[in-house]
Amino acid sequence: MIAIEHLVKYFNRRGVNEVIALSGIDLTIERGEFITVIGSNGAGKSTLLNCLAGTFRHDEGRIVINGKDISPWPEYRRARFIGRVFQNPLTGTCASLTIEQNMALAFRRGARRGLSFGVKAAYRREFMERLAMLGLGLEHRLKNAVGLLSGGQRQALTMLMASLVQPELLLLDEHTAALDPKTARKILDLTRCIVSEEHLTTLMVTHNMKQALAFGSRLLMLHNGRVILDVKEDEKRSLTKDDLLSRFYDMQGEEVESDRMLLT
Amino acid sequence: MTWFSFLGALEQGFVYGIMALGVYLTFRVLDFPDLTVDGSLPLGASVSAVAITAGIDPFVSLLMAAGAGFMAGAVTAVLNTKLKILHLLASILTMIALYSINIRIMDGPNVSLLGKATVLDPLLGLGMSGYVAAPLAFAGVAVTVTGLLIWFLHTELGQALLATGDNPQMIVSQGVNTHNLIIFGVGLSNAMVAFSGALIAQNQGAADANMGVGTIIAGLASVIVGETVLGTKGIFRACFAAIIGSVIYRLAIAMALSMKWGAFSFTPSDLNLITALLVVLALTAPKLKERFGLG
Repeated sequence: MIAIEHLVKYFNRRGVNEVIALSGIDLTIERGEFITVIGSNGAGKSTLLNCLAGTFRHDEGRIVINGKDISPWPEYRRARFIGRVFQNPLTGTCASLTIEQNMALAFRRGARRGLSFGVKAAYRREFMERLAMLGLGLEHRLKNAVGLLSGGQRQALTMLMASLVQPELLLLDEHTAALDPKTARKILDLTRCIVSEEHLTTLMVTHNMKQALAFGSRLLMLHNGRVILDVKEDEKRSLTKDDLLSRFYDMQGEEVESDRMLLT
Repeated sequence: MTWFSFLGALEQGFVYGIMALGVYLTFRVLDFPDLTVDGSLPLGASVSAVAITAGIDPFVSLLMAAGAGFMAGAVTAVLNTKLKILHLLASILTMIALYSINIRIMDGPNVSLLGKATVLDPLLGLGMSGYVAAPLAFAGVAVTVTGLLIWFLHTELGQALLATGDNPQMIVSQGVNTHNLIIFGVGLSNAMVAFSGALIAQNQGAADANMGVGTIIAGLASVIVGETVLGTKGIFRACFAAIIGSVIYRLAIAMALSMKWGAFSFTPSDLNLITALLVVLALTAPKLKERFGLG
């Protein structure tokens, strides 16, 4: 179980350009939940993911995974619990290393790295089986540099690498946004397949309302650094795009109201 | 070029090749332009020279030199990672500080090793003359060090080091503390450079506070020349490219020095200019080729 308690994050704190990106997020994530996160630009979706991964340090609140408060942990230490796929398909893999070298690096996520060979012969079989799952023919290209692959292929590989060592939490930050529609669909299918097969606890940020509705067991809508909608299971299944839109416009309306109040 | 200057160039090529390998490790693998080497080469030389004059075995003095070099590199990397000083500036700071430290270590600007024991003694004891023994011994050492580096870069730790230079965000999210790896990598690089400096001092019979001037440029030139000749495909090739590049570079210099046009000939003091031009040319050649559609 993952508990996020009153998470607050400022940018440029105490500066002229101070921005509050997360203004007190409270969230309890049960094991095996697949949560989709939507919200407009600047709502705090990516900031939330980055705070969980430790890329940014949050300013207030706690993040508790399996009873351990990991708030003071640096990013590399949290990686033991967290698998990540980034929006940029080039971020998740090393271009100059081969497919098997990349996978071997991911295979040791969170473990000590010593002076034994990075790519062990015993790994190759498993790597090939996993790669075959993608249906991209990558299982025959173990010794190709990853830089030779397309963005979609690299994102598929990143997806695979993130789940090679089972993470307590899988973070997907708009991981299909930079791909063409056909490739995006493939990566989404792969996501659904890996998440359900491994029962991964997942947080998937998306810009696409249809995706947010079609995927996962729970939906969060963020606005101005707050959770404004949190629906699960049956309630989520009955939710429509129009519901989301009207909810979204309600919030914007409220904003106008409060601005008006400020001005008068 | 005479036979002697050819052997001399080979000898220098191999012994400076170990330094070039260190430069390859920071410049290419870690993407960390490290000017510490201008200070860590004489650091290795002075540590080894002082140790030998104090009666320590010359082989042991090599390890001491490497250890000192590792520390120098680690200081640069700590300045960069922990104190957030730009890598180039951090390395210049260490380099400048090392100038004073080297003079302190030697208690003066230089130490002579004439008549002292060196690592070449066992070969000379076999009746081999110095100008044959040195290139042979240094070739052996250079190939051994290259082999060790190639092995290391294939280990779990070495692979993480490669990834740190290639894509820090990726390797952090695989659970690697990149700061520690950068400190280790820059340390290792400077250990190799200091090791090379110690061998140079033992071979030329003296350590000098100013012997490091231009080390980084010679190292870069070697790496780039090697890459041009051997290519960069694979770790094996890239590592040997540094050594081969260093040998070619020293041969080219020996050749330039032996040329004469009427009353004009190059002097050793022209080498820095020639090397700088060579590096500029090698760095811009790919772009120029692209621009003008050649090759």
